[in-house]
Amino acid sequence: MVNKTVQAEAKKRMKEIAKSNKAIIKKFEKEKKRKNVSQIEYQTDMHNPNNILEIDNLHTYFYTDMGVVKSVNGVTLEIPQGKTVALVGESGCGKSVTSLSIMKLVSGPSGQITNGQIRYNRPSGPIDIVKTPISQMQHIRGNEISMIFQEPMTSLNPVFRIGAQIDEAIMLHRPDVKKADVKKQTIKMLELVGIARAEGIYKSFPHELSGGMRQRVMIAMSLCCNPRLIIADEPTTALDVTIQAQVLELLRDLKTKIDASILLITHDLGVVAEMADFVVVMYAGKIAEQGTVHDVFLNPKHPYTMGLIKSKPVVNQEVDRLYSIPGQVPNPVHLPNHCFFKDRCDKCIGACSGDVPKLRQVDYSHKVACHLYEED
Amino acid sequence: MNTILKVDGLKKYYDIKGGLFQRVVGHVKAVDGISFEIQAGSTFGLVGESGCGKTTVGRTLLRLHSNNGGKVIFDGKDVFALSNKELRAIRPELQIIFQDPYSSLSPKMPVGEIIGEAVREHKLVPEKELRNYVMQIMRECGLQDHHIDRYPHEFSGGQRQRICIARAVALKPKVIVCDEPVSALDVSVQAQIINLLMDLQKERGLSYVFISHDLSVVEHISDEVGVMYLGNLVEKAPKKEIFKNPMHPYTQSLFSAIPTPDPTIKMNRIVLEGDIPSPANPPSGCKFHTRCRDCMEMCKVVAPEYKCQDNEHYVACHKYN
Amino acid sequence: MAQENINLEKVVTPGQLVTKRFLRNKLAIVGVGILIAMFIFSFLGPLISPYGEYTIFYHTIDGVEFSTENLQGNNPAEIGVTIANKQSPSSLHWFGTDKDGRDIFTRLMYGGRISLTIGFVVVLFQLGLGVTLGGIAGYFGGKIDNLIMRMVDIMYCLPALPIMLIISSLLLAYDVPQDQKIYWLTLVMGIMGWAGVARLVRGQILSLREQEFMVATEATGIHPSRRILKHLVPNVMPQLIVVATMGMGGVILTEAAYSYLGIGVPFPYASWGNMVNVVKDPIILREYIFMWLPPGVFILTTVLGFNFVGDGLRDAFDPKMKR
Repeated sequence: MVNKTVQAEAKKRMKEIAKSNKAIIKKFEKEKKRKNVSQIEYQTDMHNPNNILEIDNLHTYFYTDMGVVKSVNGVTLEIPQGKTVALVGESGCGKSVTSLSIMKLVSGPSGQITNGQIRYNRPSGPIDIVKTPISQMQHIRGNEISMIFQEPMTSLNPVFRIGAQIDEAIMLHRPDVKKADVKKQTIKMLELVGIARAEGIYKSFPHELSGGMRQRVMIAMSLCCNPRLIIADEPTTALDVTIQAQVLELLRDLKTKIDASILLITHDLGVVAEMADFVVVMYAGKIAEQGTVHDVFLNPKHPYTMGLIKSKPVVNQEVDRLYSIPGQVPNPVHLPNHCFFKDRCDKCIGACSGDVPKLRQVDYSHKVACHLYEED
Repeated sequence: MNTILKVDGLKKYYDIKGGLFQRVVGHVKAVDGISFEIQAGSTFGLVGESGCGKTTVGRTLLRLHSNNGGKVIFDGKDVFALSNKELRAIRPELQIIFQDPYSSLSPKMPVGEIIGEAVREHKLVPEKELRNYVMQIMRECGLQDHHIDRYPHEFSGGQRQRICIARAVALKPKVIVCDEPVSALDVSVQAQIINLLMDLQKERGLSYVFISHDLSVVEHISDEVGVMYLGNLVEKAPKKEIFKNPMHPYTQSLFSAIPTPDPTIKMNRIVLEGDIPSPANPPSGCKFHTRCRDCMEMCKVVAPEYKCQDNEHYVACHKYN
Repeated sequence: MAQENINLEKVVTPGQLVTKRFLRNKLAIVGVGILIAMFIFSFLGPLISPYGEYTIFYHTIDGVEFSTENLQGNNPAEIGVTIANKQSPSSLHWFGTDKDGRDIFTRLMYGGRISLTIGFVVVLFQLGLGVTLGGIAGYFGGKIDNLIMRMVDIMYCLPALPIMLIISSLLLAYDVPQDQKIYWLTLVMGIMGWAGVARLVRGQILSLREQEFMVATEATGIHPSRRILKHLVPNVMPQLIVVATMGMGGVILTEAAYSYLGIGVPFPYASWGNMVNVVKDPIILREYIFMWLPPGVFILTTVLGFNFVGDGLRDAFDPKMKR
């Protein structure tokens, strides 16, 4: 009997959620669909002109029937020109949604950027991506900011030859390249990513290539329009270790060659330590810790970062028992109103039951969101 | 210590069919003569890249596939000589855990049924005690009692993997083949599952065949490690020995390719060139010679013998003969 | 707040999830509504209707209407009595009468009965054959698989319409009574249609067999019969239900087409198809729209209803198919 009333209550609540979601989504979609937005509206100023991208207090929410999922909940980070920033975290922590927000590719209508700024240092003047209309974004996507996906098997169209697909990308994004030169440019790109038989690969179909080769082709494709920022979403997760080593070598090599910035999204701490200049550790939609690679790996402050580093076995370092972070990531719909990591943390203090900790500076370039490091 | 599982020259070929009538025109030698032994209560780690046949080894030694030669002796019984009925009777003792926690649970069954189904089938506990038994196993695997009536779609990847482990453990097995059990999981969950597997091993005296491409995990959990390349074991040794002193050039480059989570260490990496050759058309002689940096003339012609060097360290490489 | 957390996440069976997704689909609900209305109309309607399926209406010289069921002391053979055919819709005959003087509204009910029944029986027949043969092919594989799939290929090559024409003339040649023709029709349509189901079931089983949970059932030593019944069948069911619902619409259309051509449900039995048949007469086509439009609309709505429900079920079973 009690159960029934509870169920009815739940049903009623769900209906309310659905109703309020609809109204909110409608508002955002309308905003998105506006035409003829004048450039003044999305122009902005970079806080530091040496940065290529500055994300400021970004909130991306998903309005589902179970409630609002706060995938990205106030993320602030910056990507300096020519540097690699790694976004680390477990699945569901919002790292992929952050990258999709930068491209404005969050899958609508349920997913919406609700707040914050993404300032992108465009050659023609800095803009705020959040306010930029979709029509303008299409010039930026693939052209100035390009993306490398995790799954090289599904990111290439299986019915076209490799050459044709890269040709198409070049023709689309590089009006300056003459039609006769497109093929030459494609082959140059393939050679740039270390493909030896570029002519042969030009004529082959995706299924004829191995996973590592496909990932190289994907990288070649994303580089063909001289992007200023490359977002690499788990670029080596689907690859074998020896192939992963090849691709990482290539990415590092390329960064110096073309002077682009890389936003590397991964859960593999080993890859981060090798590739990144700066590290941002995310947990449940918020930043737990950020700093340079040396800050985060050699002097981790947040208990979550420490746990992550300790829970990964390292070759030639013997431990009897792996450290494991107990429990699970909190339900994203009903986030607690104290520190999200409190229930899994082994260093809890009294303050942890209070407010959600804010990100604060502990060192020159090192920030952490934990009550353990509050001065007062 | 007694040997619980002995694999002797195991071979598994897949037919390549072609032509109008789908005649067999060739073979993919997925597993081409592999031998190893597992002591009761210990773990044998099998490493290799995708396509090297390690998954096929796991499934063939459970006789989920037929074999094309070689023997698997489990607990004194030749697995491939058993009749269907006898095979079903020993099935509970040889279990498997899969990589993908999403496709390895039937979506239409509650968890209790998934775990208890085979227990009932083999009459391991009386029907009346089944539910209690399942709950006890679930608790042992870190699940809660009220999970018993829930369906797999409500669980996260790590919890699903716990259900898979519970399903295997409920049958009181002696050997469990773990086929990349943590590869699809997040780092923090990975550690939980590895610890669970090691605890269960201690409590129940289980033996594992631990298949993985993640060397650091294999090093942590195994007592003995075998490295596979294109259907063959190229090197096998006790864990400490192989990680301290890898002998085969493939093992060396594999080990050096692991990224270390320490920015101060600049790795001296041996980057292999090219990809794994197709197992349908493997290179002549030593299968690794196309990517080997120490390749000699002899390697292109003669396949090296798989020989014991010292300290139970087996290597198949001409460099050491 | 805490309590709400719990009850929003109460135990949900996969079945409840499907129902929830299905009920959210407005078009599917419309489809369900249409089908329920059609079933009530066709199966309960005749019980309420004052007229029978074959009741013919007459007019006496004075214009008094009577029928074969209720003569009111008149004799149809009397001189001056005319058949009350091609009457426009009126309060007595809501959709008028047809060219033989029968009430169209009543015949629509009986026609619906036949069309829907044939739809059900044929689809059940197709499913029975298709699931058995496809299941055998998929589960055992090898030579049996090859044999059955070649049979399927042959079935696909057989042209249904000429075969129906031949069978229809055979029935005529062997003097098969009119009322048995319906059974023959059902049988032939069932036999012609199983191949698609068999192909689907085989494909499903082949892909399921590779799924790790099926390998797990083998590794745990579960008996093959239980593996089929408890693991394979429930996972093939969703697709089967969708195919069956969609198939129902298809069969009704085919039946209508055959009946329209005069090789399906024979007169005097009513079926929506043979009621549309009257448009062959150009005068009726032009002047008496009420005679052929309603059965046509009924066919359209019913098939649409089945398709809406089928689509809704597919989306509910497999939410990834959407978008």
